[in-house]
Amino acid sequence: MDPAGPAAGAINTIWWVMLAGATAIFLFVTALLLLAFRPRASHDASVRRWIVGGGLIFPGVVLTALLTFALVVGERLLPRGDVPAVQVAAESSQYQWSFTQPAAGAGSIRTKGVLHIPAGRPVDVTLTSRDVIHAFWVPRLAGKLDAIPGHRNVLRIEADAPGVYQGVCAEYCGVGHAGHVFRVVAHDPAGWARFQREGGA
Amino acid sequence: MKALRLHRQFEAIWGTPPGWRGALTTVNHSTLGKRLMLTAFGFFLIGGVLAMLIRAQLATPHSAFVGPAIFNQLFTMHGSIMMFLFAIPMFEGFTIYMLPKLLGTRDFAFPRLTAYGWWCYLFGGSLLILAMLLGVAPDAGWFMYTPLSSKPYSPGINADFWLLGITFVEISAIVTAADIVVTILKLRAPGMSLDKMPLFAWYMLVTAMMMLIGFPPLILGSVLLELERAFDWPFFDATRGGDALLWQHLFWLFGHPEVYIIFLPAAGVVSTILPVMARTRILGYGWIVGAILALGFLSFGLWVHHMFAVGIPHMALAFFSAASTLVAVPTGVQIFAWIGTLWSGRPQMRLPMLYLLGFFFVFVMGGLTGVMVAVVPFDWQAHDTAFVTAHLHYVLVGGFVFPMLAGAYYWLGHLIGRQRQYTLGVTAFWLIFIGFNMTFFLMHVVGLLGQPRRIETYPEGLGWTGYNLLSSVGSFVLAFGIALFIIDLSLQFFHAPRTRRNPWGATTLEWAMMLPSPSYNIASIPNVDDRDPLAARPALALELARGEGYLGEPRHGWRETLAVETASGRLDHIVVLPGNTSLPIWTAAVTGAFFVAMLLGLYWIAPVPLIGVAVLGWRWAAVLGRRTDIGPLPLGGGETAVTHWEARDPPGWWGSVFVLLADATFFGSLLFGYAYLWTVAPGWPPPRLMAGSLIEPALGVIGAGLAVVGARAATRRLARDGEGHSGMAGAGLALLFGALLATALLRAPAPTGHAYHAVIAVMIGYALFHVGVALLIQIFVHRRGRAGYLSARRSAERRIATLWTDYGAASGVIVLLATHLPGLVA
Repeated sequence: MDPAGPAAGAINTIWWVMLAGATAIFLFVTALLLLAFRPRASHDASVRRWIVGGGLIFPGVVLTALLTFALVVGERLLPRGDVPAVQVAAESSQYQWSFTQPAAGAGSIRTKGVLHIPAGRPVDVTLTSRDVIHAFWVPRLAGKLDAIPGHRNVLRIEADAPGVYQGVCAEYCGVGHAGHVFRVVAHDPAGWARFQREGGA
Repeated sequence: MKALRLHRQFEAIWGTPPGWRGALTTVNHSTLGKRLMLTAFGFFLIGGVLAMLIRAQLATPHSAFVGPAIFNQLFTMHGSIMMFLFAIPMFEGFTIYMLPKLLGTRDFAFPRLTAYGWWCYLFGGSLLILAMLLGVAPDAGWFMYTPLSSKPYSPGINADFWLLGITFVEISAIVTAADIVVTILKLRAPGMSLDKMPLFAWYMLVTAMMMLIGFPPLILGSVLLELERAFDWPFFDATRGGDALLWQHLFWLFGHPEVYIIFLPAAGVVSTILPVMARTRILGYGWIVGAILALGFLSFGLWVHHMFAVGIPHMALAFFSAASTLVAVPTGVQIFAWIGTLWSGRPQMRLPMLYLLGFFFVFVMGGLTGVMVAVVPFDWQAHDTAFVTAHLHYVLVGGFVFPMLAGAYYWLGHLIGRQRQYTLGVTAFWLIFIGFNMTFFLMHVVGLLGQPRRIETYPEGLGWTGYNLLSSVGSFVLAFGIALFIIDLSLQFFHAPRTRRNPWGATTLEWAMMLPSPSYNIASIPNVDDRDPLAARPALALELARGEGYLGEPRHGWRETLAVETASGRLDHIVVLPGNTSLPIWTAAVTGAFFVAMLLGLYWIAPVPLIGVAVLGWRWAAVLGRRTDIGPLPLGGGETAVTHWEARDPPGWWGSVFVLLADATFFGSLLFGYAYLWTVAPGWPPPRLMAGSLIEPALGVIGAGLAVVGARAATRRLARDGEGHSGMAGAGLALLFGALLATALLRAPAPTGHAYHAVIAVMIGYALFHVGVALLIQIFVHRRGRAGYLSARRSAERRIATLWTDYGAASGVIVLLATHLPGLVA
């Protein structure tokens, strides 16, 4: 997945933990299945062992652990007021993304198809749509969130390092869906200051 | 020789006459079940070809095979066909064929409805295929998210084909579900109490109940969206108080239970075949029943997990995430019960078992990725990517197609009366298994690499190219496997020798008949006192064929079978089923005319077929019944029972109860939509409320009261005096109808202004329809009384009329209150 931000990083951690767990469970179940076919003397028919042990207790314990872990990690991904975050408004339409954010002095900067952010700082993207439902997704930075007509959703993203990251529309939005893409440019502090002054020109 | 005589006599009563006339008028469940399965398989092949085209397009980057417009039709139709025209009808067809045989009865409770359901399915499905042939197939995705599917963004007829065609097919699903529930509850062999039912019947009981509760929200959503598209009623338009998310809630309220609706019948097949393959009994029958019930309940609490990325409050996310993982527990109970069954027996690696192992392998993996996407932070990453495409195919192909293939080989002898001869089935399995995993396992990987769903092209250099190519190759391997399966089955059908009576040594009742099964299933009905009837009585098949059970001697040309008390399975009454008739095909054709009129925008013609349906419905009920009491009749073994005409709770009464249950879910979803818009949608409260009044609600409550009391009084008088007129009930309903009509004409604002106005219009329309139906039924029963069809003993029609009257009265009063009160309070 090659994460490049804290949110994507946390999700990545969850993924590897789950993959390891799922693989272990899968191998365990497959082994139990195949072992049933070996010739053997005793024919174990204990409801308690199979159904209570295998069907109730085993998934119960695994799922409780997983949910707790995911809930704790998930809490950390939400936008919060305690860290000052850069504010950006993203408006989606068929088939374009436009981004509006405050400039260094007065006024605001509007960019099309490219979102400029500072690296190493949280950015809250407020998502709206002019027509149908779209979804904002920069796979390497964070999860995705829908842009829905009549609603405002806020997604927190953050890039660990300066660079260019690809973003896509993740919700099917019509014939131009595949081309409904954008880029995120994460600046170092000097570049960010220049962008805020000159509006990325 | 007696067996042969009985066979000829029963065949003459139950059989389908040869030729076109027979084909169009048959109501026999075996014929209809086989037809449904064949048609569903045909749609599966069409959906499969679409999938191949999708994979052909995605095999390479920058592919110019089809453009985005066609590609969008391809994936929309692939999903819609596989869900609505293949998976559901396939298990319905299997159930229609198999269920009465497993229960030890001769047909479904409502044979004409079975036929009506089949014709609706055929006509509705054909509409969708027609759209595809005309190049105007739906293209907004199989879940049709608004506003992409709304008029401004989908101006063509494409979306209307989806909404109307699918709703048409759903009618078939609802009537079939009611048919299944009543058949399981009432038409079992005597002695088969609920806890002695074959597990498959439990699976289908829960599945059919879920269909009755789960499909109405989708039908409501489709009706609302079609109203918005046709008449500009803004339910989903955010600029006029609507909300696109309302569609998503209604859709997934259906859509998630749908997954279990598809899985449970297949799990029922596994629970039936697996113990036979392991030469033992199922482990933990009670636990499995509990798990099925738990799955049924839980599946309605999870729909939001399809909407984790729409911006739902965090606590709600945590709740739905927990509920979604919780569903793994009853699934786990079943999986371990199956593994335990294998351990407790001596499993043999025969062909159905091979497919069952394929099922375990694929389905367990799909379940594990399911737990992953139930974890919200991970879902934010995986949602709407190829990872989810992979997950859902592992669940649905693993959880449905593999068990059904196992079932196809297991019951092949039953269906066609031939034994399996060739080993092509093994080769087919390996091609399907390897092809499937190659296609879809790799999709997990590209999904994690960032490939979204539903894109028709992608650039190279993202690391997706190799995976997509291999995935496409895999899909062709899979297709070869399916082709080989078809060849194998055709060879058996035309060349294989006849099969023995019970080739697997199974213990369930469907094997207690000659093969292929005769139209009447069994020449006499057994008394069942064991979960595995054939284990206790291996010679049962011969006893039944010689007419040694119940109803072993045909009389009056009646299609007779037995009904039992719901829970205990004690013998209750004799049911005389209706025979072959052209009513189902006519009613389906007229129903279809309504949908076609709507589709073509001929809104002024559309009421005509609706009246036609009412007329045919009248006739449907009017051709049944008797004018004389006949009392208890002998049924063999010295026992007697009354006929359903004189029974206390005949299947018809139960059928009304369950149709009304589905109806109440529809109404409940409408009220949910009203409350949802009021609390969540932008642009609420509406700028101007409807000016409420006390007059109409007061009149409506009086009318409803008169109707409810009058209907009961008429029932009492009928029981006492043998005749009971229902003038009071009719007058009460008419008053309620008037109050609703006055609200609609005098007070309700134009529906196009605001979603609030549109919802009010739909609620009043709903209530008018139901009060009108109740009134019609009261008039019908009134006339039936005059014509001598009712007596103190033959009172079921009156009690059925009371059910509909109560429902009409309740819905009328609720709608009057829900429309008038907000304006009054404000």
